Amino acid sequence: MKRHRSKATILSIISMGLGQIYNRQFIKGIMFLLVEAWAVFYFSGNLGRALWGIVTLGDAPRMLVKGKWIDGDHSIFILVQSLITLLFFALFIIVYVMNIRDAYKTACRREEGKTPNTFGQSVRYVLDYKFAQSFLTLPVIGVLFFTIMPIMFMIMLAFTNYSAPNHIPPAKLVDWVGFQTFRDLLTLKTWSHTFFGVLTWTIIWAVLSTVTTYLGGLLVALLINQQGIKFKGLWRTILVIPYAIPQLISLLVMRNMFNGQFGPINQYLGYFGLGGLPWLTDPFWAKVTVIVVNMWVGIPVSMILIMGILTTIPKDMYEAAEIDGASGYQKFKIITLPMVLFSTAPTLIMQFAGNINNFNAIYLLTNGNPVVGDYQYAGATDLLVTWLYKLTLDQNKYNMASAVGIIIFLIVASFSIYNYRRTKSFKEEDMIQ
Amino acid sequence: MSGRKVRRGFRLGLSYLVLVILSICAVYPALWVVLGSFRPGKSLYSKTLIPETFTLEHYRELFTSKSYMFGQWYLNTLKIATFSMIIGVFLTLLTSYAVSRFRFRGRKTALSTVLILGMFPGFMSMIAIYLLLKEWHLLDTHLALIIVYAAGAPLGGTFIAKGFLDTIPRTLDEAAKIDGASNWVIFTRIILPLSRPMITYMALTQFVGPWVDYIFARLVLRTKENWTLAVGLYDMVASNQNTNFTAFAAGAVLIAVPITILFIFLQRLLVDGLTSGASKG
Repeated sequence: MKRHRSKATILSIISMGLGQIYNRQFIKGIMFLLVEAWAVFYFSGNLGRALWGIVTLGDAPRMLVKGKWIDGDHSIFILVQSLITLLFFALFIIVYVMNIRDAYKTACRREEGKTPNTFGQSVRYVLDYKFAQSFLTLPVIGVLFFTIMPIMFMIMLAFTNYSAPNHIPPAKLVDWVGFQTFRDLLTLKTWSHTFFGVLTWTIIWAVLSTVTTYLGGLLVALLINQQGIKFKGLWRTILVIPYAIPQLISLLVMRNMFNGQFGPINQYLGYFGLGGLPWLTDPFWAKVTVIVVNMWVGIPVSMILIMGILTTIPKDMYEAAEIDGASGYQKFKIITLPMVLFSTAPTLIMQFAGNINNFNAIYLLTNGNPVVGDYQYAGATDLLVTWLYKLTLDQNKYNMASAVGIIIFLIVASFSIYNYRRTKSFKEEDMIQ
Repeated sequence: MSGRKVRRGFRLGLSYLVLVILSICAVYPALWVVLGSFRPGKSLYSKTLIPETFTLEHYRELFTSKSYMFGQWYLNTLKIATFSMIIGVFLTLLTSYAVSRFRFRGRKTALSTVLILGMFPGFMSMIAIYLLLKEWHLLDTHLALIIVYAAGAPLGGTFIAKGFLDTIPRTLDEAAKIDGASNWVIFTRIILPLSRPMITYMALTQFVGPWVDYIFARLVLRTKENWTLAVGLYDMVASNQNTNFTAFAAGAVLIAVPITILFIFLQRLLVDGLTSGASKG
């Protein structure tokens, strides 16, 4: 009786679907066979080239033949094509393994004397017991090609010399260089000076912008929530307006408002007899401007969040405190602040991480300018992300940009994972219900 | 006793003063740009906040002038935002329903992966997506933007949506299951109707994202007829800053108004969405 098992397994190893057909599951078997046929057709043409491509990144440079340039290999296209083919191959291997396991299991059932499922039964089985997995297939494929593949590609780029002016295809080939890019970034004087300068500002920015918006939001929320303040809903609606305006618009508008020559802000300062300030053109003032504008954009969000939490604090806590004779300040310090901090701590950390990557606030407002002379393509307000953007799109220093991206990721990821791991919902999520 | 009253009055007065100042700060930029869009002339500079005469010239210019194709951009943006909203919300719901209701092998890994992937700077993947789209001959098409926005949606929304679905009692599912409902029926008949606030919230954020995205749209869309509003507007600022401020102001108003109205109407929902995502702890 053991023969079913080994026969089905061996058959399905030889070719997808054979094991199923042997098990008399014809529709399933034929479907698997079709997949196999497509795969043989596709991979026979591509797989070898993909492997060659990912190892060598192309080896024929552009050549001058009889006075004409003949294009050689385009390393970057080769890299992407190889990556796509290899991803398809990985998917194919997964399906292949599933096919073998399926044949094996069905054969086992046959040995136990049960008849194999008909096609309809199989479909029902999947819908009832493998529902989540089949549900997830579509999103997973989307994420695989539009998120994971690009990230893998960028990580790989950091280990190549793909950068202007010497290694830009199709004119030149790109090669693997190992950790050379990281070494240059961290030790080569011109690059490391820029990198550490920008990194320092990024951290200062992230701390300041998170703290200012949080405290601002807390203050506004408390102001509105005070006893005796009328029209609470009205104040809230007015103060939430900055949040309702799309960031793209508000930041571009702010850019005009803070314009040093014609902007209304300097105009008003002029009315009061004060000289205008170089809001966007002086390194120090530009930093002040981005922080202030970010407060304008960010305070409403914190305000909404904190107001929501304030309503959840039980009233009897305050009553008890009043009976014990606590003053307003004591009530705030002992009840309000700890409760708010406790429930917003995870959000606070996420906001901090988000601010490290706050591309819009900087790029749309100052473009990262004013330019700093001894920086490599970076300005005084550039964050690591905006620097990365400039390195990629303006300077074509792709390998440096990728290395910077990986470093940003490491910073942000360590915060967020720490944060996420310690939230209860991750540890004890099944206890809620 | 009267001392306390005076102090209380003083405190309230001060609070009102601060609130008024804050409200002016909050509203001023919006007011400034709206009024600016009605001002005759082109300059950024004006003596007074409220223009002496009002004109609709700049709005007309946006739709008739050869250099701005605002009507076309509006339609493009509307199309892209709507489709990526529908597909994106659908994918997010699928993902969050699966991870919220089912326990399967690799589930925790999948959740952590989603979390980690969300942390890569978005445009780190830009170059690769650009090459991928080029490979599939999708550059400069709206389909490309829709696919990319929709495919990215589960990464951003799954956690918030899962947090919401977790709060729907599982006894409901079980009761339905006992009555013979399949998973699909449970999803469409029980989960979907109950998560309407969540869906509204997600739909709104999914719609607004493409509506205002500049970075990616700029990369993919090459010809002016295909541009979205954000690309067009940024181009107006970058290419002729200060030379035609009033037209920019009119454009800004046109882009912001639909979104702002949506936000104000759905304020309640947004607040709930924000706090439900936050109170995971």
